[in-house]
Amino acid sequence: MTTTETVTRAEYCAIACAEIFSGAGEIMASPMATLPQIGARLAKLTTEPDLLITDGEALILAEVPPLGGKAPIEGWMPFRKVFDVVASGRRHVVMGANQIDRHGNQNLSAFGPLQHPTRQMFGVRGAPGNTINHATSYWVGRHTTRVFTDKVDIVSGVGYDKVDPENPAYRFLNIPRVVTNLGVFDFGGPDHTFRAVSLHPGVEASTVAENTSFEVAGLDEAGVTREPTAEELRLIREVLDPKSLRDREVSL
Amino acid sequence: MRDKRMSLDDVVGELRSGMTIGLGGWGSRRKPMALVRAILRSDITDLTVVTYGGPDLGLLCSAGKVKKAYYGFVSLDSAPFYDPWFAKARTNGEIIAREMDEGMVKCGLEAAAARLPFLPIRAGLGSDVVEFWEGELKTVTSPYAGPDGTETLIAMPALELDASLVHLNIGDAHGNAAYTGVDPYFDDLYCMAAEKRYASVERIVETEELVKSVPLQSIILNRMMVDGVVEAPGGAHFTLAGDSYGRDEKFQRHYAESAKDPESWQKFVDRFLSGSEDDYQAAVQKFAAESKSGEKA
Repeated sequence: MTTTETVTRAEYCAIACAEIFSGAGEIMASPMATLPQIGARLAKLTTEPDLLITDGEALILAEVPPLGGKAPIEGWMPFRKVFDVVASGRRHVVMGANQIDRHGNQNLSAFGPLQHPTRQMFGVRGAPGNTINHATSYWVGRHTTRVFTDKVDIVSGVGYDKVDPENPAYRFLNIPRVVTNLGVFDFGGPDHTFRAVSLHPGVEASTVAENTSFEVAGLDEAGVTREPTAEELRLIREVLDPKSLRDREVSL
Repeated sequence: MRDKRMSLDDVVGELRSGMTIGLGGWGSRRKPMALVRAILRSDITDLTVVTYGGPDLGLLCSAGKVKKAYYGFVSLDSAPFYDPWFAKARTNGEIIAREMDEGMVKCGLEAAAARLPFLPIRAGLGSDVVEFWEGELKTVTSPYAGPDGTETLIAMPALELDASLVHLNIGDAHGNAAYTGVDPYFDDLYCMAAEKRYASVERIVETEELVKSVPLQSIILNRMMVDGVVEAPGGAHFTLAGDSYGRDEKFQRHYAESAKDPESWQKFVDRFLSGSEDDYQAAVQKFAAESKSGEKA
């Protein structure tokens, strides 16, 4: 039996990322970083066998491979068809973020003025389409005030305060989770504000407060992230990520 | 049937400064790099570029040839991910950016392909894409009320192109062409959206051989979609090209590192970009041999 002391921070992050997909059913899971990828595959191997996962390029995988591994395929998903899936809504993406604000606006485009940025990143990518069409969660490996900021420089991922309640075109906006190295969060605070759901074992509320620019709803009431089951630990350590690539993405 | 074979420089000879040009491929994947290098050799400038951007856009920015860019993202797809020349052009305020959601690029090309002024799309609503377009991007309201009310959507304007440049794996002299590998990307849409369409291919074969060598579904270009065909083996280098070759990661890293200061960039230009396409391919082979022997040493 594994004891709490032996569970690493990255392993709590892995099961928190798996829980992002709880109840997702037969949709496409699109994790955009190592921890969410472990999470999606862990969910598929445990409670969510009907999830569709891809190789990150164009193939739908019939079985669940370890990180960087190959698996038999069950279908074809070139980029063009991904946009059809996005518009259909049958997808839950987990994106990274350079900035996230209190209402869930996200930036991965650039810092500074739109036409004259101070630092260039990717541009908005698929963030506007993802957030307006289907469930979108975020993964942040290093929870800091620079990421969780009062105002994002460029809104690539749409937040709750941008929703026009008169316009039903916004009705699919849904940001179920933000998982960080410190805890699990959602936008269930007053007026869809950032709220603590659980803190990983060993993380103090004061640490979260010091590393977030705005007030975090429910921070004092938040519980502790649950323990992984023995089966989850086995799958993470022996099957999905035997080289512990997860540790590189999680700041302590 | 017309023989549409041309040289790289013939194609560029049909382009003009100020044109709106679509570049096929995706990020650092099957980009028409030999055609981009041919543009660098020319005095064509002041371009508006429509692309899923990668080092194609980077190289054009390095030569100051881009006035305005319409793109869903710009990525090298591997470390350092952000293209350094695009980043420089942006942080110096040298280009007008019409940044948009990735799905909006597809939508805009489809509108142009169908000769429609716009197509409605949900992506873009509530984001800063609308601000990026500085009034060029409008909304459209549905004439049909739904159960929850009436939807107002982004009216994605047609991305009409003066010319398109794409690179495919195999084609014939008349413009029939196919991809090999896992993804066609959007190269057929670029050709459908453009007035003048140029495809470089790894190899030109007889039509009969083309249709025998690939599944029918892979033949994404027909004669109505192509004005010029260029045989350009290695023409997507240093991006990947389906079943033909993978990305030259070492060379791409060298490109990105060389952009860091004027001296190293001048060296890169002198070594790789100051001669013909044949000179480039020879220099690339030498670079690969050198980095291999460097590893052994």
